[in-house]
Parts: sequence; structure tokens; C-alpha cells
Amino acid sequence: MNIPEYTPALIVAIPLIGAFLTPLISRVHDKLRNIFVILVLVINASLVFLLAYDILKNGIQTYIFGARNLSYPIVRILFEVDAMSIFMAIISSIIVLVAVLYSWSFMKNNTGLDKYYTLILLLTAGILGMVMTGDMFNFFVFLEITSIASCALIAFWTSQAESVEAGFKYIVISAMGALFVLFAVAILYGQYDALNIAQLADVMQYTFLDKIALVLLIVALAMKAGLVPMHMWLPDSYGSAPSTISLVLVGATLASLYGVLRVVFTLYGNALSTIANFDVAVNVFIGWFIIALAILSIIVGVIMALIQTDFKRLIAFGAVAEIGYMFLGIGAGLAAAGTAYGNVALQGGIFHIFNDALDVGLLFLVAGAIYYATKERSLNSMGGLARNMKFTTVFFIIGLLAVAGMPPMNGFASKLLIYESTFQLNPILAIVAILCSILLLAMFVKVFYSAFMGPELPKFKKVKEVPKSMLFAMGILATIIVIFGLFPEIILNNIVQPAADALLGYSEYISQVVAGGI
Amino acid sequence: MFTIETGSGFWNPIVWIIAIIIAYLLIYIIRGFGKTHYKKGTEQVKSFLSGNPEYEKEKMQVKASNLYWGFTTSLKGLYAILKKMHTGNATDYVLWFVVILAIFLLIEVI
Repeated sequence: MNIPEYTPALIVAIPLIGAFLTPLISRVHDKLRNIFVILVLVINASLVFLLAYDILKNGIQTYIFGARNLSYPIVRILFEVDAMSIFMAIISSIIVLVAVLYSWSFMKNNTGLDKYYTLILLLTAGILGMVMTGDMFNFFVFLEITSIASCALIAFWTSQAESVEAGFKYIVISAMGALFVLFAVAILYGQYDALNIAQLADVMQYTFLDKIALVLLIVALAMKAGLVPMHMWLPDSYGSAPSTISLVLVGATLASLYGVLRVVFTLYGNALSTIANFDVAVNVFIGWFIIALAILSIIVGVIMALIQTDFKRLIAFGAVAEIGYMFLGIGAGLAAAGTAYGNVALQGGIFHIFNDALDVGLLFLVAGAIYYATKERSLNSMGGLARNMKFTTVFFIIGLLAVAGMPPMNGFASKLLIYESTFQLNPILAIVAILCSILLLAMFVKVFYSAFMGPELPKFKKVKEVPKSMLFAMGILATIIVIFGLFPEIILNNIVQPAADALLGYSEYISQVVAGGI
Repeated sequence: MFTIETGSGFWNPIVWIIAIIIAYLLIYIIRGFGKTHYKKGTEQVKSFLSGNPEYEKEKMQVKASNLYWGFTTSLKGLYAILKKMHTGNATDYVLWFVVILAIFLLIEVI
């Protein structure tokens, strides 16, 4: 089956156009607006899946905006979508669609929903643009779109002072990160007179300035991804935003993580085997730097989560630890590049990206369901909710087991790959990762006990289960978690392995544009 | 379809599920050997709290902040450092970014 060549462009254009139409449709009827937004995201997700099918069958897809002719002056932007890009696009499409389905009931008593849905669609366009673009400056533009839309959504509950404060902190951090990304892009452009990732990667010399650009890009994007000790904005933002937005923010955070992957494996792919300082190859050097921050993220995330009493902040610190696991796999894959266990580590890291979005996302939705039903966020005020919220309890148990890496859930499959491969790199890494996973389980058992178990509290006697649309949205994520857990090989072979191969086979990404004469 | 190879081992969720089902069956069988008769509404079904009277149900719930008290108390020193790091101040957030940037730049460039 052949799909139109402009599908990558449509995937970004549809939510973008949808965003500008939403306020207009909102004037007609609120329900019509909700249906319209869901329709936009369903169409978009279908296109993403079609493109994924095409890419996995036929290889990298490109789309050129602007000049197709290479004669000067070349004014154009190139989208280059490989298996890694489409892997991220699939994750984003699913979680945004689930968030919007959940929003139908969860947000129905709020005002300003035309702006809310507009911003969600803008954020979607930003995330999808970040993961599909083949141009560094364009990446920065989409990063900015994502940041601005995220900031406004975090501060959506303007009546709550902490939401506004969290929004402010987020924009400070995002602006700082984006500024350094722009600086790095300027350094690269100044040297090579190019902005296209493939072109830049082809001519990369790994000069002194290239090293500076690499450091700026990795650290700025790692901060946006929430790596310790640059993670502090994350519990504030995730904890104060509406639960649906916390879910979508997971997608935005993972798009920054994708940025780190694209920069390290593709943009600097040619330079990775270069011998750097202390007679160590660049890949080993960067790999161990990432591993160090990843281990720190896992430990700090878990330990800080254990003392939280605010449900959403607790999940947010858990998410910091989960980001650590992803970076641990990726760092190990980089440090041990070329070895069999290095490949397994990279696969584990990439697989965990998907699993984290599903597991942490489901837990945020459960936190939202409890807030919707009880108006409580503090775990100290909760108890006995399993009596009245049976479905939500089941979804929480699924999320708990998945995020803690308990078999047979999806989180176990990806964490096992990370444990076994990092053990071969350095056993201490695997030991720390396993111990922290146990703490992660302990932390969510605390939530399970304090929120769902125990005697029925008098104030919660009238609490009812949440509306069906919210249950349906949580059910989608729970179902995918179980399926991924039961059929890990299908997921690993069909979407994770091609994504890992796309990162390692950077020469194909480069040749698609350079040798292909695009 | 179900098995993933990790390079040094494998994982098959179906084998695990079968093992769990067998374990639960054994537990169920062992449970069957227990006494099935007890007197409802008597002291047999009441909690025994070292002879102290039982509190009301609502007061029996251990609050979230009291859980893992031993763990958090033994790591008091570490928590003091970590809490000090998490100031909630946006300028400190930026400071950590600058610190990591400086460290990475020093190691990478020099």
C-alpha cells in the first residue's frame, strides 16, 4: 500500500489547522468542539499508523517544504521520518488522544475549554514536529511551540496559585533550554552553513565548536527531559497541571529525550568513534556521562517520591526515576556501542520510552479520577476508596505493577533488557536499578494502601466511580499495558528494534538526503 | 510471539503466568486444610491489639506520611540534603542547569 508523499506534512498540519478551528467550532456548541478535537486526533493517529506501516516496510520517508531544486538560494525545510521518529509519533498520538477522551468528563465543569483544546492541539503539532523534522532550526521552532503551549496548559487552572507558579517556572526553564539549543544551532550553522541534520551529520568534523554545540544540546534537552539534577521543574509542573495535561506533558518530555537521541546518534553519529580526551572514544565518554545522570535520576526520583504525600507530585518523582531508567538504557547502549549487550541496552531504553508514557500516564489519570471524585490530592486525606471506585482501583493496580516493573506487565520486559545489559557493562548499575525498582514498588504500595485500602472514611461515603469516558480512557492505556506485557516480542521486533536500528544506522539517515540528492 | 531474548537469558510471560496459576492452586489447596467454621459476631472476628480496645474504623487507617517511617528516619541525613536541593526557586533550577553545563563542558572540551 502506498501512502501520499505529503503524509508527514499532514501529520503536523492537521492538529495545527484543528487548533485554529477549535475556537470557532466552540462558538457553535461545546459537544461539537469536543467531537471535532477527538476526530482530528483520530485522523491524525490513523495517519501516523499508516506512515509507520509504510516506513517499517519501505524505509525512511522525506517531505520537502519549499525549494525542491538544489540551486541557490535554497529556502526549504525537510521532514525526515525514520523508524525512531515514527516510534515517538505513535506514542504521542496515543497519549494525546487518550488525554482528550478523558478530558470530556474531567474538564466539563471548567471554563475556557476552547483555549484548552486549542493549546492541546498546538502542543500535539509541536511534539509531532519535533520528532519528524530533519532540520535543526525547525526542531528549535517546534520546541518553542511545545514549550509555550505546555506553559499555558500547566497554568490552566489560574485560580490555583501553584499552577500559575508552576507555569512560570516551566517557561523560565524552557526559555533557558531553548536559548541554548538555538545557540548550538547557530554554532553549527556558522561552521557548516547548513541546518539540515543529515547534511550537518555528513560534514561533522567534531571541532572545538562542535564539542561546545554537543554539550549545549545534550544538557539543554536533558533538562527538558527532566534528568536529575535539572528535574526540579518536573514535579512542580506535573503536580500542578490538570491530570490530562500531566499525561500530555509526558509526551512533550519524551520529545526532548528524542532530541538527545537524534543529536547523539545521528547528528554526531560520525564523530562517535572519535578518540576524545583521556584516550576514550566519544561514545564511551558521553555514554558514561548520561549513565551517571541516569543513576542519579533513578535514586533521587525514587527517594524523593517515597516522602511525598501529594499524589501527583509522588507520581511526578516516580516519572523522574523512570526517565532515569530510559537514559540508563540509552547511555549503556552508547557506552557499549557495537557490542551485543549494548544493542540490548539501547532496545531496552527505547522500549521503556513507550512503557513509561503508558504506565506513568495511566497513574496520572488515576490521580485525576480520584481528584475528580473526592477533590482530594493529599494521600493523608484519602482512604478506603477501593470500595466505591472499583474500576479505578483495578487501573491503579495495573499502573502500579507496570511502573514498578513487575511481571508480567510491560515495564518488566523493558526493565529486564536494561538490567541484564547494564549488568554486563557494570554490575553495580544493574544492582542500583533493581533496588530502586523495588523502592518504586514500595512507594506505589504506599499509595495503594493509603488511598484505596483501609476502612471507609465517612467523608467518602457518597463517592461514586468516575464517568464512563474517563474509565474508557484509562481502560485504553491499561489494555495496551497488558498487551505489551503479554506480547513483548511482537512490540520489540516490530517497532522497538527498527527504532534502535534507525539510531545505530545513522548513515542511512544521512544518505537518504545527501546521497539521494534531496 | 511471547519470548524475548535478552542476550544472557529470556523472558516469557506465559510461562510466568502458568507458574503463578500453579502457585495459587497450591495455596488454595493448602487453605482448604484450614478450619472453615468460626462464630460470626463474636470476639473471634475482632482484631486483637494486645488486649487494648479496638479504635473506631476511621481511626485505624495509618496515614501516608506515617508509612515507611523507619526508612525515612534512617535516611534523615540524605533527606535533609535532598530537601535542601529542592528549594522550589526557579533561579536555583537554572543554577543546576548551569552547573551541569559547566561540568560537561569542562570534561568534554578541555
